[in-house]
Amino acid sequence: MNTVVSAAGSLAALPTAKLSGADTAWMLVACAMVLLMTPALAFFYGGLVRSKNVLNTMMMSLSSLGVVAIAWVVVGYSLAFGEGSLIGDLSYFMLDGVGLEAHGTIPHLLFMAFQGTFAVITAALISGAIVERMRFGPYLAFITLWSLLVYSPVCHWVWGGGWLAEIGALDFAGGTVVHINAAVAALVAALVVGPRKDYGRQAVLPHNVPFVVLGAGLLWFGWFGFNGGSALAADGLASLAFVNTMLAPAATLTAWVLLDLFRGERPSAVGGATAIVVGLVAVTPAAGFVGPIGAVVLGVVAAAPSYYAIRWRARSRLDDSLDVVAAHGLGGLVGAMMTGVLAQAVWGGTPGLFDGNVSQIAIQLLAVLGTAAYSAAASFAILKVIALVAPLRVGEKMEGIGMDRLEHAQQAYANDDGAILIPPRKTVRRRDTATFPVPELRGER
Amino acid sequence: MKLIVAIIRPEKLSEVLESLFNIEVHGLSISRVQGHGGETEHVETYRGTSVQMSLQEKVRLEIGLSESFVEPTVAAILDAAQTGEVGDGKVFVLPVQKVYRIRTREEDVTAVTPVALATL
Repeated sequence: MNTVVSAAGSLAALPTAKLSGADTAWMLVACAMVLLMTPALAFFYGGLVRSKNVLNTMMMSLSSLGVVAIAWVVVGYSLAFGEGSLIGDLSYFMLDGVGLEAHGTIPHLLFMAFQGTFAVITAALISGAIVERMRFGPYLAFITLWSLLVYSPVCHWVWGGGWLAEIGALDFAGGTVVHINAAVAALVAALVVGPRKDYGRQAVLPHNVPFVVLGAGLLWFGWFGFNGGSALAADGLASLAFVNTMLAPAATLTAWVLLDLFRGERPSAVGGATAIVVGLVAVTPAAGFVGPIGAVVLGVVAAAPSYYAIRWRARSRLDDSLDVVAAHGLGGLVGAMMTGVLAQAVWGGTPGLFDGNVSQIAIQLLAVLGTAAYSAAASFAILKVIALVAPLRVGEKMEGIGMDRLEHAQQAYANDDGAILIPPRKTVRRRDTATFPVPELRGER
Repeated sequence: MKLIVAIIRPEKLSEVLESLFNIEVHGLSISRVQGHGGETEHVETYRGTSVQMSLQEKVRLEIGLSESFVEPTVAAILDAAQTGEVGDGKVFVLPVQKVYRIRTREEDVTAVTPVALATL
């Protein structure tokens, strides 16, 4: 594995080897761990919004486990890992040819599922920029189309043997493919959908900070599968990525708390949870390329840009509501660039700036810019096309009432005072409808 | 002296408080209440159980005032809390027999006058 450039997709280029029981066992677990990150994100995001919007926010993450996973199986995997220069072909359409044969040392089917969990969480990340006002139907359409038209091609460029793999861009587990890609889409979505009506006018506070902490903890756990699993084997490289995934967020969390203290502020729980995510994002592209001390340095360096960006954003007119750009965009950018600086041949097989490989920085920058430009343009186009068919956001009055009642006909913290049971139709028919009048059903819309 | 009891939409609370603070009305209490004001009832469904939610979330403000503050306060609430839809709420103005400030044992008008104004 020492000459690998982009670990997660490199197996396409490797000669078919025999299945390894150890590798398969680890990858089965890693796949489940990455899957857990999407419900974890639902808690992280859900805690950050107001109580009237928590179900909608959580459903925005959860629904990605449905629509994006199915889109991935139908054609997304083929577009990402089929043959082709800019995008994969349709050779794996409906998983044609994706069986139990060895793909590297694990079954091809398992490789497909592992990669699918990445597509799911990447699409769900975008929702943080448009919560509390985007309509659910257009959102579902957006993430489905986005996963096929943006995620799959970019994934192909880096891991499917596309142009970024060829120029030697380093992205171990998806700093560029997942985080920069999602953050740029989030920025575009926040601008196209527009700010919430209350944004900048009223204090909009997180309704459940323990949910945010729970989500951050579960994300960290899942991320061991995300980064450790990107080695696609139960080996030393996986252990390196695993340990780096432990150390970088620890460093970011420490730096974040110290930043708070040095500024004379009290360290906050929301800040701590955010710091963990920023550290995880930053180490994602670097996990299998840098040494453990490199990961600590990376974690420290990653704290300040996101820390100050979040402060700036809250005072700006950019309603990237849950700071996807500050956490995933800047964290991903720092991670991608610092991978070019801190990569060590002795650990991951590829030299970075400190090993004297100056050109790696330029390659990393090109990968970031190429991904960002494509993601911005394509995300904008998808949103504008959807807006032709259906409005992207709810009306002001509906925003006031809240998305949960409006879009899901449920409340997170339902109170059964005054809730009148509507009897099932069969029961009503058997009784005298004059004494048991059927309540008139009038929807909100 | 009067006691103003206002029932408003929860999403209008911030705007109402802002306009009350603008006219120097600082002494008030709020509570979350549920009520029915003739608005359209909405239906929620939980695992096949459909329920008609007949009570709506509202916020109740209680404000004790001296006479000269009553009119501007009512006007401020009416302006800030109105959407024009059924369910905007009510403002009740009630007579008050006696008021005591617990800290100082002041009574009546002095008791409902904010400290900052009283010392001017």
